[in-house]
Amino acid sequence: MPANTTAANASSAEHLLALYRTMARIRAFENAAEETSRGGVAAFGAATNATALVRGPLHLSTGQEAVAAGVCANLARSDYLTSTHRGHGHTLAKGADTTAMMCELFGRASGTNKGKGGSMHIADFAVGMLGANGVVAAGIPIAVGAAHSAKIRGTSAIVTCFFGDGAINRGPFLEGLNWAKIFELPLLFVCEDNRYSATTATDVMTAGEGAAARARGIGLAAETVDGNDVLAVDTAARELVARVRAGGGPQFLHALTYRVKGHVSVDAAAYRAKGEVESALENDPLKLAALRLAALGVAAGRIAEADAAAQTEIEAALAAARAAPVPEPAEAYADIQDTGAGLWR
Amino acid sequence: MALMSYAQAACQALAAAMRADANVIALGEDVGHGGIFGQYRGLREEFGAARVIDTPISEATIMGAAVGMALTGLRPVVEMRVVDFALCAIDEIVNQAAKNRYMFGGQGRVPLVARMPIGIWSGSAAQHSQSLEAWFAHIPGLVVVAPATPADNYGLLAAAIDCGDPVIYMEHKELWGLEGEVPPQHTVALGQAHTARDGTDLTLVTWSGMVHTALAAAEQAVQQGVSVEVIDLRTIWPWDRELVFASVARTGRLLVAHEAVQAAGFGAEVAATVAEELGVPVRRFGAARIPVGYARSLEDVARISAQELLRELMLFANSDSRGRSMA
Ligand SMILES: Cc1ncc(C[n+]2csc(CCOP(=O)(O)OP(=O)(O)O)c2C)c(N)n1
Ligand SMILES: [Mg+2]
Repeated sequence: MPANTTAANASSAEHLLALYRTMARIRAFENAAEETSRGGVAAFGAATNATALVRGPLHLSTGQEAVAAGVCANLARSDYLTSTHRGHGHTLAKGADTTAMMCELFGRASGTNKGKGGSMHIADFAVGMLGANGVVAAGIPIAVGAAHSAKIRGTSAIVTCFFGDGAINRGPFLEGLNWAKIFELPLLFVCEDNRYSATTATDVMTAGEGAAARARGIGLAAETVDGNDVLAVDTAARELVARVRAGGGPQFLHALTYRVKGHVSVDAAAYRAKGEVESALENDPLKLAALRLAALGVAAGRIAEADAAAQTEIEAALAAARAAPVPEPAEAYADIQDTGAGLWR
Repeated sequence: MALMSYAQAACQALAAAMRADANVIALGEDVGHGGIFGQYRGLREEFGAARVIDTPISEATIMGAAVGMALTGLRPVVEMRVVDFALCAIDEIVNQAAKNRYMFGGQGRVPLVARMPIGIWSGSAAQHSQSLEAWFAHIPGLVVVAPATPADNYGLLAAAIDCGDPVIYMEHKELWGLEGEVPPQHTVALGQAHTARDGTDLTLVTWSGMVHTALAAAEQAVQQGVSVEVIDLRTIWPWDRELVFASVARTGRLLVAHEAVQAAGFGAEVAATVAEELGVPVRRFGAARIPVGYARSLEDVARISAQELLRELMLFANSDSRGRSMA
């Protein structure tokens, strides 16, 4: 093999390994969150166990990690990001600290949001992550505003806006894309298409050719990519991000993936056809990346090392979160507003 | 009598209404799969997809379309999942559904029921835990209902579907599993409150999930020598002035308690009206004016416990004739 091919292989192997690491960290984080949430999830009318450490609806992005990892690999810390209710992966990949994230899921004072938001509202402004959101599509106009602001202020920051396939049927999707285009804003829209909106198969509820076609109808360049292939996502995102940075205006990425878990962790997803999940698991993004790493000549030991490092990191985050103090009740009155805040009812 | 959950009661009331009238339909996200709380379970199987309509995530159009359906002869039951998401359809509720009849000189009628559960949904934090009944009570043209028991959820949903006006139907996010007896073909008239417990020293008016907290607090108050009459308002607008006035005329004191933020809550309306009419001491007890936090220690600050309500009841019962605490 010629020397330059070997070198290129080695550098792409290292690049892929870095993407793999991010995905492994997201997977380990969410597995741990799911484990510690057992009994504590109130969604779907299920009873809650008062002793569960992670409470409330827990939306897992298991099987979708390649979208977060591939896109965020192309972002700088100073870039902005908005996310959805399913935002652990985006937050972690944007650079948030997993201990602060786990503390948030545990409702601790040391959480990214001081325990006020939990999983569904996780945010880390220090890394430009402007928030997950409990309201579908609500992040879209906020991303548009952040991009408009970046443009007005003349900064080099760009904005990435993640949303689900279900969100494209809400009005803010149309309004946000149109706005971004007429003002030529520095914004990358990413539709993370996991095929479901809660218990409903999204395609049944979506007319026309879907997300990318709608974006094109508004004049945005749009690309569709296999969202379980982290290299494909990374490559597409690199190109689109470069165009955004070069002043090319808003771009659109439609990443096709699959929601392996239920809508929330307690949802058994009985509305899906038998075997659907099993066949989707063949396309697990970590598995695909590991196969490709092996093909690039990366030793199995290095992949195992990445998995083990992720596991160790998350175990440390869990231990820290368990030990961290809960918010003082007085904190309930803090950070509401400056004018007119107070203890009176 | 049949024992059923709050969710099952609503489901059965809706099923009965759909059997009785082919114009009654249901629409909203995930209703075809039984709804996320099981409150539509089995309806798609019985009535088909044309009458139990799964919709895209499009709250503004779900509500706006329901207005159009109602204007043209259907009686839609609209699912908003939680009141917090109904805010994505606020124009369709406030400017369209509520205004249509008056603004067009009485030509239109909007007989729709918009279901939007209220209350703290434990662990769901600030965007899924609001109690916004006062917002809707403020809007002329709307009826506002908030059932606290399975029987009332059956009877009131039936009455709401029968009602020719737009009804904001507010179930409680944490009552879905609550079980209770429901009489067959049970009906409850809109605008009729219910005396949930008799008492002589003080009238406690409340609704929705807070009814259960109020009953627990009243039980403990007896042990401290105070007899509390608990009234479950059930319908927020129009509220049952007669029953409340009659009770307060006997007890001489009114406390209104609700899960919603106290400031500008509906308790202020009830208390002010009673004070104007009867000139007796009145008090309100609602949540602090804070968003609901995720951590349990923060959520607990936003939630009114039976203990806190009892403390408030005792302070009030032991105050002077003008309602001031006697130090
Ligand atoms: C405005 C609004 N309507 C409904 C909901 C309830 N809800 C939460 S997630 C969800 C499905 C969203 O589907 P999608 O956008 O594809 O995201 P995914 O859950 O698949 O990541 C729904 C309907 C909500 N949070 N906000
Ligand atoms: Mg989806």
